[in-house]
Amino acid sequence: MANCYSDHEELKFELNHPLMKRIVELKERNFADKDKFDYAPLDYADTMDSYDRVLDIVGEITATTIADNAEGVDLEGPHHEGDRVRYASGTEANLQAMVSAGMNGMTMPRRFGGLNFSITPYTMCAEIVAAKDAGFGNIWSLQDCIETLYEFGNEDQHSRFIPRVCAGETMSMDLTEPDAGSDLQRVMLKATYSEEEGCWLLNGVKRFITNGDADIHLVLARSEEGTTDGRGLSMFIYDKRQGGVNVRRIENKMGIHGSPTCELVYKNAHAELCGDRKLGLIKYVMALMNGARLGIAAQSVGISQGAYDEALSYAKDREQFGKKIINFPAVYDMLALMKAKLDAGRALLYQCSRYVDIYKALEDIARERKLEPEERKEQKTFAKLADSLTPLAKGMNSEYANQNTYDGIQILGGSGFMMDYALQRYYRDARITSIYEGTTQLQVVAAIRYVTNGSYLAQCREFETAQLSADLQPLQTIAKTMADKLEEATAKVKEAADQELHDICARHLVEIAADTIMLHLLLYNANERPDLFAKSAHVYANHVVAEVAKHHAFIMNMTPEQLAYYRQTVPAAEAE
Amino acid sequence: MSLKIVVLAKQVPDTRNVGPDAMTPQGTVNRAALPAIFNPEDLNALEQALRLKDQNPGSTIHILTMGPPRATEVIREGLYRGTDGGYLLTDRAFAGADTLATSYALSMAIRKIGVPDLIIGGRQAIDGDTAQVGPQVAQKLGLNQITYVTSIDEIKDGQITVTRHIDGGVERVQAPLPLLLTVNGDAAPCRPRNAKLVMKYKRAMAPMERPAEGLPYAEEYDKKPYLTVTQWGVADVDGDLEQCGLSGSPTKVKAVQNIVFKAKESKQLTAADADVESLVKELLDSHTIG
Repeated sequence: MANCYSDHEELKFELNHPLMKRIVELKERNFADKDKFDYAPLDYADTMDSYDRVLDIVGEITATTIADNAEGVDLEGPHHEGDRVRYASGTEANLQAMVSAGMNGMTMPRRFGGLNFSITPYTMCAEIVAAKDAGFGNIWSLQDCIETLYEFGNEDQHSRFIPRVCAGETMSMDLTEPDAGSDLQRVMLKATYSEEEGCWLLNGVKRFITNGDADIHLVLARSEEGTTDGRGLSMFIYDKRQGGVNVRRIENKMGIHGSPTCELVYKNAHAELCGDRKLGLIKYVMALMNGARLGIAAQSVGISQGAYDEALSYAKDREQFGKKIINFPAVYDMLALMKAKLDAGRALLYQCSRYVDIYKALEDIARERKLEPEERKEQKTFAKLADSLTPLAKGMNSEYANQNTYDGIQILGGSGFMMDYALQRYYRDARITSIYEGTTQLQVVAAIRYVTNGSYLAQCREFETAQLSADLQPLQTIAKTMADKLEEATAKVKEAADQELHDICARHLVEIAADTIMLHLLLYNANERPDLFAKSAHVYANHVVAEVAKHHAFIMNMTPEQLAYYRQTVPAAEAE
Repeated sequence: MSLKIVVLAKQVPDTRNVGPDAMTPQGTVNRAALPAIFNPEDLNALEQALRLKDQNPGSTIHILTMGPPRATEVIREGLYRGTDGGYLLTDRAFAGADTLATSYALSMAIRKIGVPDLIIGGRQAIDGDTAQVGPQVAQKLGLNQITYVTSIDEIKDGQITVTRHIDGGVERVQAPLPLLLTVNGDAAPCRPRNAKLVMKYKRAMAPMERPAEGLPYAEEYDKKPYLTVTQWGVADVDGDLEQCGLSGSPTKVKAVQNIVFKAKESKQLTAADADVESLVKELLDSHTIG
């Protein structure tokens, strides 16, 4: 039987990374749950076996129920009935399958009914699901909002909300408003405390809210009257059972039709504060977004995998000029590059998720006891590494998903343009990944500091010390020259000491760093499993060496004087 | 009302994904080349049982299967979805059974378990395609039976109402419990495995499969009785050796032939109504359809 997990051995390879040993040790607290819960693991091998088995279930549900429903969901989309959302019938069936399989609240502690999974296997599930229906992936993986409630909510909120999410209730994060998109500091939704009701009341409008009719919402709202910036915003929990939030409209989107995107009207909606006042944006939403960005990176990798599978199977089958088109260099070039980007992007995704796992597990332990000095150091190191890789993983994988679905359609030719083939759906679905949860441009803003502070370069230099097989050593040398270019280009930009030049070069610098790090990660994989990754490592090296040369040339040629050619001046009359 | 349910299930070679090495040169099934799976229609039967358990709290479901020790996987697959336990009938003396000997062994096991309110099995297994075992078990136990069930509609006051597939349509039938049902492949598909149950029961085994003392996890079986699957031989079910396995099987295979389906002739039709109508008439006359 088809299985979207076990059919791709690359996933199992990523799951079995040596860092998992430390992650499991931290997450399972020396397997303290084993006598309390009959499904808790006894040791490391047992934990990994459970991860593998649970991924196998998700792989099976995805290859059967979710795959079978994908086209119908895309055509039907969600329904706006009264003030509520009714999912497409296939979406309902998908959700029911995932809930009955117990795939909700996966990362939550067992005492709340969760599986206590680390983030890496959970992220893998998100990738697998997205490979067949990226839109459904949103609804399902919004469960990770519960992480934020777990981190910042109080014990009482934990006991009321987490078990519900583990039982399958859905979540949403209500951030965006008509005038607050990328710039969330401008959020206006009003939160006022009512002494009479003994709770907060929310009033206003939110827009572009994914799964906006969810059971439990995390809402960013302005609690401090008279403020206009991010420091006046707090985070609230809105429970749909309370009532007061209506769906005014479901957006008509280009892709991810399984995922209802809603405009919400809050009318004296009863809500409760999550965490402390005024930390809504600056602390909690940042945490929420980091989790969500990892989720979008996973979704993007899933879309790339789905597009690659479709293109590969078509190219194997389709004959022109008397032979299968997969045998034409012009076609296998595209397929090889798709696979290389997929493998490199996935390596980055899970490297990042493993870093997140370690620092979050330590952070959680710190809620129970004081960390030892070396644990605190470990926590800080991995938090920094995770923060540096998250925008790269999101930015690069979402761009790759767009490139891969574009190439996928190209491989199918005229058929790819037809609605009869799934690739057009992947292509439409991919388009949002480089926009929501922070555009690629905003990922660059988040990542550039790790270029200028030398963090990426240091990571590259450390990778360069790895002992690789003879076949891969020349590629390691290429990676070294790429890091040299990163160093040179960074110095050039710093030297110019011009903010505008710095900003216009930022994307190029970040891509050089990302390409180099991904090449190193792929080299590690290829060294461990040449049968799975050696081809991709070679193809990817050829690709990025050229990419890096391009970005490097751009930066080295750029001068502050040239910025005038780029600036778009708006006539004064229009600017008004 | 709470129900006692036994589900009859069989582990079968996956004949749906047959490769070139699926048959031996002698024309028998090459079991080594085919993965062993839960017989598909038995999964439909299991889903019906699980739905009854959802609707009737306190109900219990046990899977009964006959086969080599590795057939315990079928019982585990049930536990992963919410059954309460299972019985593995395994004994060299059961080997080589045709449908008569199989239904004898199963019916003896059910007597030993105690006749439940409902016995539910798949219509037929994909390896033999006989559809005989379920009905024969009912006959041996002196139970009523309803075959070709597509859904269980109601259980009330000791009466069950089901929808069953018949030629050209469906019919609704009511019968008193206890009863044996066989379920069709077009009934609801089986629910997925549940993560927590998989983690809880992944080491559930029949005694003969268990790790020897000193091996990893061997001590778990003393601590967790739910990890031990009941395993019975011929003597455990008070079976008569003459009626079991090969000696209890009157069916003799005379010869096995490889058959390759080939189109003998092909016909070109236009999309015109007259052409389509004549084809439909022809197919009706030859009883290919209708």
